[in-house]
Amino acid sequence: MAFIIQTALTLGCIYSLVALALFLSYRVLDIADLTTDGCFVLGMAVAVTAAIGGHPVLGLLLAVIAGGAAGFVTAFLQTRMGVPSILAGIVTNTGLYTINLMVMGFSSNASLLKQATVFTMFREIVPLGTWSQLILAAVTALAAMAAVRWFLSTRLGLSIRATGDNREMVAASSINPRFTITVGLVVANCFTALSGALAGQLQKSADINSGTGIVVIGLACLIIGETVIGGRKSITRNIAACLAGNIIYRFIYALILQTRILPIECLKLMTAVIVALAIAAPTLRDNAAVMNRARRELK
Amino acid sequence: MLQIEHLSKTFNPGTINEKKALDDMNLLVNDGDFITILGSNGAGKSTLFNAVAGVFLADSGKIMLDGKNITFEPDYKRSKYMGRLFQDPLKGTAPHMTIEENLALAYLRAGHSTDSFSRISRKDREMFRDYLKRLDMGLEDRMQTQVGTLSGGQRQALTLLMATIVPPRLLLLDEHTAALDPGAAEKIMALTNEIVAENHTTCLMITHNMHQGLKTGNRTLMMADGRIILDLDEEERKQLSISDLMQKFREGAGTDLDDDRMLLSD
Repeated sequence: MAFIIQTALTLGCIYSLVALALFLSYRVLDIADLTTDGCFVLGMAVAVTAAIGGHPVLGLLLAVIAGGAAGFVTAFLQTRMGVPSILAGIVTNTGLYTINLMVMGFSSNASLLKQATVFTMFREIVPLGTWSQLILAAVTALAAMAAVRWFLSTRLGLSIRATGDNREMVAASSINPRFTITVGLVVANCFTALSGALAGQLQKSADINSGTGIVVIGLACLIIGETVIGGRKSITRNIAACLAGNIIYRFIYALILQTRILPIECLKLMTAVIVALAIAAPTLRDNAAVMNRARRELK
Repeated sequence: MLQIEHLSKTFNPGTINEKKALDDMNLLVNDGDFITILGSNGAGKSTLFNAVAGVFLADSGKIMLDGKNITFEPDYKRSKYMGRLFQDPLKGTAPHMTIEENLALAYLRAGHSTDSFSRISRKDREMFRDYLKRLDMGLEDRMQTQVGTLSGGQRQALTLLMATIVPPRLLLLDEHTAALDPGAAEKIMALTNEIVAENHTTCLMITHNMHQGLKTGNRTLMMADGRIILDLDEEERKQLSISDLMQKFREGAGTDLDDDRMLLSD
């Protein structure tokens, strides 16, 4: 059980960065950014390849830069080339597949054997066994969230929020929406890539298909978190929802893996069901309330 | 200070829906002018505002502000020195951001600090509070409230504060009280007059209310078919009744004023 808790928390912290990225693009900017899947693998491929070369820390930094570049391409397509936002993400995502293969030397996967990762390095500093992994993941996630909270209260951050909140108003507030969308998507994809980088170094491998469905899972986690802790009332709560939702999701995931209630082959279907239910929850609740009232009053 | 020369704009050129919204229009606005603009629907009033604010590029002609040619400057750059209010009170504020954040956005954009990472200080917050008190709507105690929960009148009042928190060179008011209930409209109009007088802001205001058009500000323009057909200064306006104005419109435009909204409003 301790192992399940530990794994769920560690993965929850690492993957919460994807939810944080989606919070920035989907919630704050109101753009469905489908770069996520490819960007996650990009971060993973860069970080693992760099670690194979003996530079795990530099690998994280390079992964973040690569992710930012991917976000920039998506933003450029939609703000300068007139490509609709969803298509822009899909186009970048498609291109990233080849880029990711390139990063791994045109191989569909890359593995670390005895080479150091940020997790093994941290374990030497904080010798707490596998708990040190959790500490590193948690510190990174919390630092990222604090940074996003701070960023969203700065002049630039407020401008980005206004861009997603009221398009009509932004130009009349001397905000250049092209610029704010670009900054928002670059920052979001930096976090997605960082998440992929940490996940890759934790599992000591990168695989070209490991990003499939990441965007859906991230969104699911964000919405689960928002539903559970009443997220959309304030920015702080909404950011906390990214983490809370991920931990809950990873717990369910780990439980299923451990107990084998469901065959592992069913995981994707289960994810889809959880996402659909989480998104539908408020509507279902409202409908149920109306029906209850009708039943009572029409008796 | 604002100089508009030979400005033309045609929508849907070459189609059956072709519409000449601005037709070789010329206008000179003096520093400190508060001009009201009257005209029936489709006269080109809002098109004029959109061209001045830079929402689109006019087909021909030029726009000068303080001697600088701003014809090709994009809208977001112009809004650094131009404030604008729309008829729809929802257009000017971000609904999911708090009152304080909306004010901060307005203040930080045009303020002296150009640092992207500057934040509002305690001193700024105090200033916002004092500023909100002027509205007498109790908003100063609800700074952490999301703007989306406010009424239309409150949102328009807030938009007015946001547009003027750093006094703009030019204020464009596009029927900004028309969608409000009479009480709120009166309040917003009084506040507009107060703020404009205080900062000596140069101001253009579109209205459908003839009475308001003749009483507010110091100069009245009447538009029809993309041209200015009447330009009355303060002295000329004083002599004029609403029926005189309608007579003059008929002479200038060659048709009757066919706008129910304008005729029915008191």
